[in-house]
Amino acid sequence: MRALQIDRKLARFAAAKITSLIAPGKGAAHGPLQCVEVRAPHTPVDDGNWHVLRPRLSGICGSDLSTIEGAASRYFEPIVSFPFIPGHEIVADCDDGRRVVVVPVLSCATRGIDPPCRQCQAGLINRCERIAFGHLSPGLQTGFCSDTGGGWGQQMVAHESQLVEIPTTMPDEQAVMIEPAACAIHAAAQVAVAGMSAAGVNDAGTVAIIGAGTFGLLTVAALQARRQDEGLALNLVVAARYPQQVGAARMLGADRVMPGAELARSVRRMTASMAIGDQLTGGAETVIDCVGSSDSLAQALQIVAPGGTVLMVGMPNTVSLNLTALWHREVAIRGCYAYQRADFDRAIDLVERFDLGRFVTETYPIAQFAEAIDHAANAGRRGAIKIAFDLREKN
Amino acid sequence: MPRPGFVLDVDRSTPPTMFWRGEGFSLEKLPPDRSRIIYPAEPLPALDDIDGAIRHALLNPIDSDPLPALLFPGMKLTIAFDDVSLPLPKMRRPDIRQRVIEAVLDLAAEAGVDDVHIIAALALHRRMHEFELRHAVGDRVYDAFAPRGLLYQHDAEDPDGLAFLGATPEGEEVEINKRAADSDLLVYVNINLVAMDGGWKSTATGLASYRSLRHHHNPTTMQASHSFMDQHRSELHKSNWRMGKIMRDHGPRVFQIETTLNTDTFPKNFEFLSKREWEWTARDRAGFLATKKSLDRTPVKLARKIFHSIEAPHQMTSIQCGEVEAVHKITTEHVYAQQLVEVQGQTDILTMGIPYISPYNVHSILNPILVMCMGLGYYFNMYRGKPLVRLGGVVIMTHPTLPDFHPVHHPSYIDFYEQVLSETTDPHVMSAKYEKSFAEDEWYKHLYRTSYAYHGVHPFYMWYWGSHGLQHVARTIIVGGNTKAVRRLGFTPASTMEDAFEIASDVVGRNATVTHLHTPPLMVADVK
Repeated sequence: MRALQIDRKLARFAAAKITSLIAPGKGAAHGPLQCVEVRAPHTPVDDGNWHVLRPRLSGICGSDLSTIEGAASRYFEPIVSFPFIPGHEIVADCDDGRRVVVVPVLSCATRGIDPPCRQCQAGLINRCERIAFGHLSPGLQTGFCSDTGGGWGQQMVAHESQLVEIPTTMPDEQAVMIEPAACAIHAAAQVAVAGMSAAGVNDAGTVAIIGAGTFGLLTVAALQARRQDEGLALNLVVAARYPQQVGAARMLGADRVMPGAELARSVRRMTASMAIGDQLTGGAETVIDCVGSSDSLAQALQIVAPGGTVLMVGMPNTVSLNLTALWHREVAIRGCYAYQRADFDRAIDLVERFDLGRFVTETYPIAQFAEAIDHAANAGRRGAIKIAFDLREKN
Repeated sequence: MPRPGFVLDVDRSTPPTMFWRGEGFSLEKLPPDRSRIIYPAEPLPALDDIDGAIRHALLNPIDSDPLPALLFPGMKLTIAFDDVSLPLPKMRRPDIRQRVIEAVLDLAAEAGVDDVHIIAALALHRRMHEFELRHAVGDRVYDAFAPRGLLYQHDAEDPDGLAFLGATPEGEEVEINKRAADSDLLVYVNINLVAMDGGWKSTATGLASYRSLRHHHNPTTMQASHSFMDQHRSELHKSNWRMGKIMRDHGPRVFQIETTLNTDTFPKNFEFLSKREWEWTARDRAGFLATKKSLDRTPVKLARKIFHSIEAPHQMTSIQCGEVEAVHKITTEHVYAQQLVEVQGQTDILTMGIPYISPYNVHSILNPILVMCMGLGYYFNMYRGKPLVRLGGVVIMTHPTLPDFHPVHHPSYIDFYEQVLSETTDPHVMSAKYEKSFAEDEWYKHLYRTSYAYHGVHPFYMWYWGSHGLQHVARTIIVGGNTKAVRRLGFTPASTMEDAFEIASDVVGRNATVTHLHTPPLMVADVK
């Protein structure tokens, strides 16, 4: 079968890193990602719980781009296995006739670990303690494991526990947004209630989102859904860079959208805060960092309220950060990775409710991977939001 | 004998006209046979013996006892004076305020008055820096009063420093500086640069609080002022006068001192700025070219510094003291004598070069909101009778309109630009939706009271100032402005004057009449 595959070729990772530093997205042509003929992955055990899937659409995520461009943290080395076929935002045809999206986390259930770890027992599969063990090679998710294949190949395998059947009426373009939408639902669920509003409803105060790429926008939608479903009160402010992001954030329910440079001033006004130098004395109860850089985290600490929380949704790497304000103002920085199984059911509703398939701006056949990666890496400035590979028959 | 103002009809032989562009200039050709240029009058002669005139006025006031008769030992005397927003540019030392305050203090000392406070009446403007206070009142007064806390600046947000005097029948609350209100005599020292300065506006605005100011600094009042320079048709003026009645009935006794200046605006090396182009000598042309070329190469920060260091040679042409309204009537005549230029009929397109300075950016930056205020607030309102531009006409300004803000002086302007103008340019909408939250923002209050920031509500007032202009013209075009900033203001950017006329033709046709307001120096068009 044909697939895009990443092999452990250090020279190619280095070349991709250097090229991407000069021109984001251009690293794909020289990097570790290659379009190759490979043997289709086979089910690791024959217990009747594994299925063969034929991906239809598979999205390109920020974490994929980091890996392809050699920018991902070395933290991942022991929890991925080479060579692997990327792609974890997957809508696929299952061998039993269902059309499914994949919950890519390779938790205890998929690895044949019994009894499962404490986290998996509690349903917190995103915190699985056994992601490098069991009968699968290491891999935190499908798309990073050499045994399962991934969404950027014509065929892959997945455990029954990973499959979520989607409504027959739902277009693939909607379905491919379910996985990232589940991430957003998980992030939105971490936004704590700060008190009661004047109207007597739960109030999350001011929530600031830094970054309005796919995750940022979907988090806006997920918070808006909480506002609609739970009556949660909140002031939702979003820092967005590009016009299509501004428009989408407003459309999804953000109360204020502005360039990142204006965020601190806007939060100051919204929260009736004072300021000491660049540091707000008050600030937003929750800041959701969908970028994950030193600059975005520094900004998050600048605008988060004392006792508030910074949720890290964007995948970080090594950052340089002055934590004095965190210490002094008793701020918590909290990681926010992936989802639990139930988030996918909510994600289906979210995708349908907000018509999130419209954010799939462009699809490419895997043969045009360099072009696709370039487009995804420059999505903002090229007016795009989500880029995906199209593996349906015509391609 | 100085020549009066003049209206020049532009023909093919008319040389290009100078337009201000912030900290620079350009020469522009206006369309011949349908354009005219309004030039201000030449500066009236200054009074020969200024100190003598001051003393004479204090001893011979209008509808009032002489000042010495109002002074007595044990009394509370407060002297308030106009802040850094006047005059423009700042005048060469000694400032007229210094001369007047010294004269008043001499009389107070002779009368044995020892409880004297001197207050900068800055309303919601920024506090003055020490060097600005010294420039205004002189070192002698500053050193004698400031160190003892007897020379200070009005604080419109000091809950213990304000006194409520009552409300007008229209419900306008009058709340002014407590020390001034509690005084046996309030002497107010004005510089009446334009016709709207002075009168009851001095006390009812300069010493007032937001609670009081909001009754006339609002879109409704501003849009009903036709114009600010015409007392009989200015709702702003009427509101201040209604408040004045409350002041008269329930406030301190006021001894009003009003002074007028001539329009000798620029020093010798910038003389060409005040001249009519066809009268430029070879030296003027060389001066213009040299200045323009060097400014074009000068970083904008340095250029600002150079321009704000200009001290104008303008001098006093009149001083009158006594009862507020009687004094102001005469003052207005003096202002008109210097500034009125008779103009026949309105125009389709009004052009104006916006200079580097306004009352609200002394030693600072003319940010985009102040560009709007200068164009549609001040220059548009420089008329008596009818607006220079017809209803549905076009205003063309020239200014770089950079989205630059002085972070210390104008913090709320930045937020206004980012958060309010990005949503609406409608004065009524922004007033209803945002004004209160800006006015009551504790951070802005803190910066206003302790730093050098304009009050949080001030950018709204600047926008309201232009609201009559906004309402009146169909389109405003800024030539040479930063495209994004110009659009944020709701205006149309144009690269060149030719482009601007082309754009304007969509609104007013291809044979539209053009009038250029050749100012500064200041003038008021008396439109017949």
